Amino acid sequence: MIKIFGNIIEKPDESEGYLVIGFSPNSIPIQQRWRNNGLSADFLADYIISFFPKTKNNPNDIDKHIEIKGIVSYVANELLENAMKFSDKNWSFPISMQLQLYENSIGFFVTNSILDKSVAKFQTYIQTILGSDTEALYIEQLEKNATNDNSTDSGLGLLTMINDYTAKIGWKFEVNNQRTIVTTIVQLSI
Amino acid sequence: MEIKNEDYYISYNNETTTINCEGSLRLGGITDYVPVVELFNRVLDMEPPLITFDIRQLQFLNSSGINVLSKFVIKVRQKKNVQMVVQGSKQIPWQGKSLKNLKRLMPSLQLEWM
Repeated sequence: MIKIFGNIIEKPDESEGYLVIGFSPNSIPIQQRWRNNGLSADFLADYIISFFPKTKNNPNDIDKHIEIKGIVSYVANELLENAMKFSDKNWSFPISMQLQLYENSIGFFVTNSILDKSVAKFQTYIQTILGSDTEALYIEQLEKNATNDNSTDSGLGLLTMINDYTAKIGWKFEVNNQRTIVTTIVQLSI
Repeated sequence: MEIKNEDYYISYNNETTTINCEGSLRLGGITDYVPVVELFNRVLDMEPPLITFDIRQLQFLNSSGINVLSKFVIKVRQKKNVQMVVQGSKQIPWQGKSLKNLKRLMPSLQLEWM
């Protein structure tokens, strides 16, 4: 069974070039793995910018490089953090992130398992995002977080991507051997 | 007051009432940010008339960190007698994209691009 939300594109044909990284979510404790998210995100950002020409001393090219590196690093890190936080640690299903460069955009495809008990809550949250003014929702979320010192998850990652990075996001839920995997697809215009 | 780590450096200068954050702050959620929040709160408890928040060298901040910074801005807003200036850099993409949201939380906050 497949359920789709938001804006999705299919993973590109395998004959096209792409970069994919994979992790086993339960091989080492999440605390030790955490720093790896940032390192991986920075690596992906460095990799992507190598496809953009840089003419020596051309300030426009240099600015473009800084911009692309910054946005890929932010988005990749947020997606990896989410995958790490919400994957089902009792299942060895790997977390993967595939990066695809299109003519005017970059596509991120992140696949991870998700705890059965979290699926409905996550899908409700996705529907809230899709049906809301996300700028208003962002401020509402911050004001709510400010009054609740016990909240463990900021709930801001997806909203910052949509509002500040004009990301188009979609989700594909698939049930595999009675367990659920979710692919989050993010498209960024460049 | 300061927090030093291989990825980031946070300090408070009593004379200039400036909080300085540098490096890459991408900690794993609210619990990991507790020492950072405590440093910010200690500054606010002293109620300096103006807090300058210098993040011109803060290359990366994850959404949990944006949450921490935003919560601090809301706390400053509630103080009434404390003003806040945030010094950012347009050369750092996340700042150009996300810092504007702080002004929506506290319209009197000054954003200085340097």
